[in-house]
Amino acid sequence: MKNRVAIVGAGMTLFRRRMLESPKELSFEATRMALDSAGLELKDIQSVVSGSAPDAFDGMHMKGEYLLDGMGGIGKPNQRVYVGGGTGVFTPIGGFWNVASGMYDTCLCVAEEKMSPLHPHPQYAFWSIFDQILERPLGTTLLWIFSLEMRRYMHKYGIKEEEIASVAVKNKGNAVDHPCAQLGAKITVDDVMNSEPICWPVKRLDVSPPSDGAAAVVLATEKVAKKLTDQPVWLDGVGWTLDSTHWTNRDLAYPEYVEKAAWMAYKMAGIKKPRKEIDIAEVYDPFDYKELHHMEGLQLAGKGEAAKMAVDGVTQRDGDLPVCPSGGLLGVGNPIAAAGMMKICEVFWQLRGEAGKRQVKKDARTGLAQAWGDLMQVGTVAVMRS
Amino acid sequence: MILSQKITSYPGHEITPEDVKAGKYLDLVYKFEPKYSWAAGVAISRFLAELKEGRIIARKCMNCERILVPPRMYCEQCFRPTDEWVEIKDTGTINTYSISHVGTDARRLKTPILVAVVDLDGATPGMGILHNLGEVEPSKIKVGMKVKAVWKSSSERQGAITDIRYFRPIGEE
Repeated sequence: MKNRVAIVGAGMTLFRRRMLESPKELSFEATRMALDSAGLELKDIQSVVSGSAPDAFDGMHMKGEYLLDGMGGIGKPNQRVYVGGGTGVFTPIGGFWNVASGMYDTCLCVAEEKMSPLHPHPQYAFWSIFDQILERPLGTTLLWIFSLEMRRYMHKYGIKEEEIASVAVKNKGNAVDHPCAQLGAKITVDDVMNSEPICWPVKRLDVSPPSDGAAAVVLATEKVAKKLTDQPVWLDGVGWTLDSTHWTNRDLAYPEYVEKAAWMAYKMAGIKKPRKEIDIAEVYDPFDYKELHHMEGLQLAGKGEAAKMAVDGVTQRDGDLPVCPSGGLLGVGNPIAAAGMMKICEVFWQLRGEAGKRQVKKDARTGLAQAWGDLMQVGTVAVMRS
Repeated sequence: MILSQKITSYPGHEITPEDVKAGKYLDLVYKFEPKYSWAAGVAISRFLAELKEGRIIARKCMNCERILVPPRMYCEQCFRPTDEWVEIKDTGTINTYSISHVGTDARRLKTPILVAVVDLDGATPGMGILHNLGEVEPSKIKVGMKVKAVWKSSSERQGAITDIRYFRPIGEE
């Protein structure tokens, strides 16, 4: 790499089921906060990477172009990246190329999602990600790929629904301390178990909510970063891979594409033993079992062993490996692209020791943010250091 | 509660369901009703034609020796054309399953849909397809259960994945 890449500012809006602000307005608010926290103005920004997931939520085709002015992208080199739910972490990965390559000294990375316009439910948009000839005629809903994957994961490793539910309890509990959170709450494993089944084994409280929101970070070269702050957070490793859309031909119990993405990021960051070297992780948790599934793919737990770590408290804020100290998608909310970016923001605040009541107990120096998406096929990973 | 010690206000205004009911915000409702006509492609057109005849076919790659279903004209791993059509069985094993209480648009269903990934006999192990289950109590479904396709009658079949009504358990495990 030509340049080491620093994150110098972060911002986000409230995450809520339905927001008054338009997609452009939400983008502006998050972007303005990120610029302010970096001590920069738009004129200091050389390139912009924007992230937003399915156009079908907004019913707004070519959303990247539509969002441009709210994201500070007018008259600047701009690219929109899009890998479904993986978009939020892929957006700063796109920014990383801009800065690491030596092309630009500063890059603004903004992710926005407004899911609320689609009726009767935002889930409806996901019907069209399935194969139109062989799968949609069967009455598909996106929840199927999760419930089928969760069932397979439980079967292969003998994991119980109650163990998985402990992740929802932890993340919604953590979100109580997040000022932008949509669903922070102190709940119990029984609450999750007794919530209505949606697609068994998935129950209401196993799932993150649909949300509106935006989040942003500013990236800069080492030279620029050192002028701006004495607390840059380094984006030292990035990785991403995709698997085939032939998802029914895949081992559903283990996300190999996440493992590949993780090793790509770890190698770049010089990490050899992730479980020892990663201090905190914002693992992608649109469903509670996904946090466990992804911890295994990320090499933060052995295969089938993440559930025990959750139950034993290892992944709590005061544990040995805090996972989703923000409250995650389950607690803070899931405006698709913005949710992944929220994880990048959280690791940034945690590594700077600025997270207040959410601050993890251990001295965190190395953090990880990961997102996932499309037809259960993409892993995007970022390794950050203070 | 703070985001960062350096940030003190959190932008955005929530619209609550009560606001919506009270008509407190302005919106514009639009229904988009496009119509698509999808060509099924070389491999899937043949696959659908065989379903109409009550058969399931796959494609074989002679290089990796995988028997691929759904069939494709190229092997995505070897990245070469696949070589031949192979008829496989209409029996298989439940790889995983779910009981879906919601439909495509996430509205609650009166009767749940039973859905499974079925690994088909005769294809390379792990080559599953998505389909529905039937003639079974939801509580009796198990991963690893042997199942068989229940076909529509030949006069009802039209060359679609729904020519198979569903898969039903066939007793032994």
